[in-house]
Amino acid sequence: MEHIRTTKVEHVKLLDRFSTSNKSLTGTLYLTATHLLFIDSLQKETWILHHHIAAVEKLALTTSGCPLVIQCKNFRIVHFIVPRERDCHDIYNSLLQLSRQAKHEDLYAFSYNPKQNESEREQGWQCINLADEYRRMGVLNSKWHLFDANRNYQICETYPIDLYVPESVNTATVVGSSKFRSKGRFPVLSYYHQDKEAAICRCSQPLSGFSARCLEDENMLEAISKTNPRNRYMYVMDTRPKAIVVESASVLVHCSDGWDRTSQVCSLGALLLDSYYRTIKGFMVLIEKDWISFGHKFSDRCGHLDGDPKEVSPVFTQFLECVWHLTEQFPQAFEYNEAFLLQIHEHVHSCQFGNFLGNCQKEREGLKLKEKTYSLWPFLLDDQEKYLNPFYNPTSQKFAVLEPNTVPFNFKFWRNMYHQFDRTMHPRQSIFKLIMNMNDQNKQLEKEIKELEYKIKHQKNRQTDTVLNKESLLSIHPDSPALKPSLCFKKEQTLLPVNDAVRTIEGSNTADNRYSEYTEEFSKTEPAVVSLEYGVARMTC
Amino acid sequence: MEFSELIRTGRAEALLLPGPGQPPVRGTLCITSHHLLLSDGHGSPSDLWLLLRNVDAVEKRVAGNSGTITLKCKDLNILQLEIEGLEETLDIACSIEALSSLESVTTSYPFFYRPQGLRLGDSEYLHPPDDFYQQVALKTNAWRLSTVNRDFYVCASYPPALVVPCAIGDEALARSAHFRQGGRFPVLCYYHSINGTVMLRSSQPLQGANRRRCAEDELLLLEVLALGGGQGLVVDTRSAQAVKQARLTGGGTEAKAAYPGWKRLHRPLERGRPLQDSFVRLVEACTDPSLSMDRWLSRLDGCRWLTHVKEALTTASLVAQGMDREGICILVHGTEGTDATLLVTSLAQLILDPKCRTMRGFQSLLEREWIQAGHPFQQRCAHSAYTQGRPKNEAPVFLLFLDCVWQLSRQFPLSLEFGEGMLLALFDHAYASPFGTFLCNSEKERYLCEVKTKTHSLWSSLNQSKERKRLCNPIYSPNPLALWPSVEPQSLQLWAGKTSLRFHLPSLNPGSSPWLRSLTGFFHIPNSRSFLTLDSTT
Repeated sequence: MEHIRTTKVEHVKLLDRFSTSNKSLTGTLYLTATHLLFIDSLQKETWILHHHIAAVEKLALTTSGCPLVIQCKNFRIVHFIVPRERDCHDIYNSLLQLSRQAKHEDLYAFSYNPKQNESEREQGWQCINLADEYRRMGVLNSKWHLFDANRNYQICETYPIDLYVPESVNTATVVGSSKFRSKGRFPVLSYYHQDKEAAICRCSQPLSGFSARCLEDENMLEAISKTNPRNRYMYVMDTRPKAIVVESASVLVHCSDGWDRTSQVCSLGALLLDSYYRTIKGFMVLIEKDWISFGHKFSDRCGHLDGDPKEVSPVFTQFLECVWHLTEQFPQAFEYNEAFLLQIHEHVHSCQFGNFLGNCQKEREGLKLKEKTYSLWPFLLDDQEKYLNPFYNPTSQKFAVLEPNTVPFNFKFWRNMYHQFDRTMHPRQSIFKLIMNMNDQNKQLEKEIKELEYKIKHQKNRQTDTVLNKESLLSIHPDSPALKPSLCFKKEQTLLPVNDAVRTIEGSNTADNRYSEYTEEFSKTEPAVVSLEYGVARMTC
Repeated sequence: MEFSELIRTGRAEALLLPGPGQPPVRGTLCITSHHLLLSDGHGSPSDLWLLLRNVDAVEKRVAGNSGTITLKCKDLNILQLEIEGLEETLDIACSIEALSSLESVTTSYPFFYRPQGLRLGDSEYLHPPDDFYQQVALKTNAWRLSTVNRDFYVCASYPPALVVPCAIGDEALARSAHFRQGGRFPVLCYYHSINGTVMLRSSQPLQGANRRRCAEDELLLLEVLALGGGQGLVVDTRSAQAVKQARLTGGGTEAKAAYPGWKRLHRPLERGRPLQDSFVRLVEACTDPSLSMDRWLSRLDGCRWLTHVKEALTTASLVAQGMDREGICILVHGTEGTDATLLVTSLAQLILDPKCRTMRGFQSLLEREWIQAGHPFQQRCAHSAYTQGRPKNEAPVFLLFLDCVWQLSRQFPLSLEFGEGMLLALFDHAYASPFGTFLCNSEKERYLCEVKTKTHSLWSSLNQSKERKRLCNPIYSPNPLALWPSVEPQSLQLWAGKTSLRFHLPSLNPGSSPWLRSLTGFFHIPNSRSFLTLDSTT
């Protein structure tokens, strides 16, 4: 790569931000075409993807070297000290170039090779199918139909090809309505509630200054409202999804362009209403539908390419945070856990997979993403064990519709997102890991039980063949009360050693904590009076 | 004094307005000497039994021929009663005010409470100085149990028995006591068996402007260093400036020249009025339903409660680290040595000593480091956050301690045997309780009021198997290591269960986070049902 001037720098220090001052690791820094890699003296590797880098800063030269601070889009902040200023300068310049590509084709997704063949790649892209999703919602009934006049994106460039509008609406009405709306984003179906026959529709704002009214647009809204036989009122830009359930009313959501806040509201509304979106697969479908297909400008908003910084905005991150707050308020309602949300966030910015590249479907087709890159979803599905929420209770009816409490006290700081790389700041023991271990153990035990039952059955057959006395048969029967306690006991016994792995307290070391700064003072002999204020040890006599 | 004189109207028809997680009750209201009862006459479980001692503030409003009484309780609950009759409303409000603010200890409810299943003579009062000394004596014979304070003569706020170095005689102790505020001479409160270092606590030395000294006091601390490894650190819970001020009024701190081997560290911790104000402002913010997010955050920030939590945890961690990692002996004191001092010494023990993290060990720690060590519960917990009167001696130091323990339980969810329910129960009982455990300000007062023979102990109630199971942490697994908490601001959380939020938010049920609730459900522990029934939303 022409941007890389230095590939390897030795004796680089990595400072720990949230630990004792001046504590650091020394190691070697490598610069590759896709990653920055730091290997410390303990052989621990820190990988930083170039696309994750949001800002690089070179600070003023110090006695120990030249500080280089890298801020990442996944909220990792690393602080290196490079011994020679020249090396630091080279790395700095390379990173500036590598983290801001001008063309989509230079992004990691186009070179990433997970060693899959063509058909596997194709299958991967088919794993989420939106046509199936609209079928699942029960849209293809007498009231809604597939509208196919946007086949070449001629009516709205930023919408997908497959759109659903009321049955009674014809192409002329749609075209008329689209001319009245910003960016041609006319009202279309986003979510359909089959039982209540109510819909969430989305669009952009009406164009003012053009004409105060538009007949076609009014017809369009009229048609949408008529699709709902239960409630003749329709809410426009009402952000309360409750409207659908409580009043069986339809909702039309829009903001200015209808691709940022509208996506947030539509997808969160659907998440509250429909438990399907609270499953792993369903959440992928939701993102594909309300975000990717309806043209949330991922490339612009995430700053994938070197572009207008004013276009960058954490709209999607905010959406993920909203979902996280819901998972905290309703811990049993979601099939996925926090790690799933964090992983999606990671890849929205990584540009490793094709899903989030480009700003709309049309652009994605132009980039031939399905032929040149891989889809993220099959990889997440392969790993789904990692993303399962052990508390998930899919059968409970009380989670049919979620009604979150939005009083301010209920919102917490999402430490695992914004400080995910600051190890010392997190709880030192994890309930989650404990539960996962117990689940594994239960599975293991169940397997053992099955094996034992099989053996018993087998033996029973043999025994009846050889006609053994009944008593010995009873004693090995699985339901025998004599056997049960010993099984329980065994379970407890095996539980402990595995627990130990959980109990080893990560980071629970005084040296990792800020207060350990003070203890340096303990060991000094003079002077005697130590006064500590503002976290800085000041000596007075 | 007769209670009947204070009860103007004993009876009225009333309606308890429905509150979050509480159904409305219509029926007859009755005021007795210690309780307010409201019953629909069918003995339904929603009948209200309110200990009048729990009432922090009474507000009354009359309109026409009826009135509304709002009772703001010390456990931060708020009850609204609609009462028929103008006269009745005023009389009942008056009676509640009078009965809830009685100061006499011996006529308080614990002296009348006789629960089923507990016999007075069997009540489980703990005997920490002796038990604690037995444990220390197993590991070292350098310390002895002194009864110099058996008549509470040397120090009115200390228990009769105290652990001191063997080499220091009772006479020297009495002299040292004379040199310390309130007679609180340095005593052993924790022996770190891993390296033999010790933690002591005391009150400030009465140094004064002319820098008085006391040979026996100096000898005592010198002897401590001889026993515990040679290095010592005095952790003063006041700022250097505050110490200077204290010197002008006869107080002070250990002078460098007088106590060779002892260094000094100032870790100012908030106490008294500012701490009480912080608590009041926190509760105000929590009870204001009209807050926007920004307003809520700025008020949470403005009350500085979490700053106090952070400072307390940091100081305790520092003390624990000094003992465990640096092998130095610690003496903690502020002015009186009955508030911030106990906060630091008890938290440090929880960090270092796995025994303190068991149900029994924690009770023993509380008895030793708070109750018998002379934290003036009666003064500090006379009122909680709602009182309109000018607070005199109130300060939520004990609550701050419970909050810090809760923070530890968040960071080490498997390491404490007791759950959040235990901490909440302790908070409630410290402010208003049918048990005698938190009565009075010192052992001396408890002795004079015969608390231990005439009331039941909270511990015997908590240790009944049903109660115990409810308060236990279902995922406890003993952890032999020290718990080093993270004290970064991002690591600390608002304890919603403690604040009035537990009563005022429909979805936030008593104490337990949604996670904890599903966790208890996950384990299918039959005795944890009480957690689940509290839960109205899920």
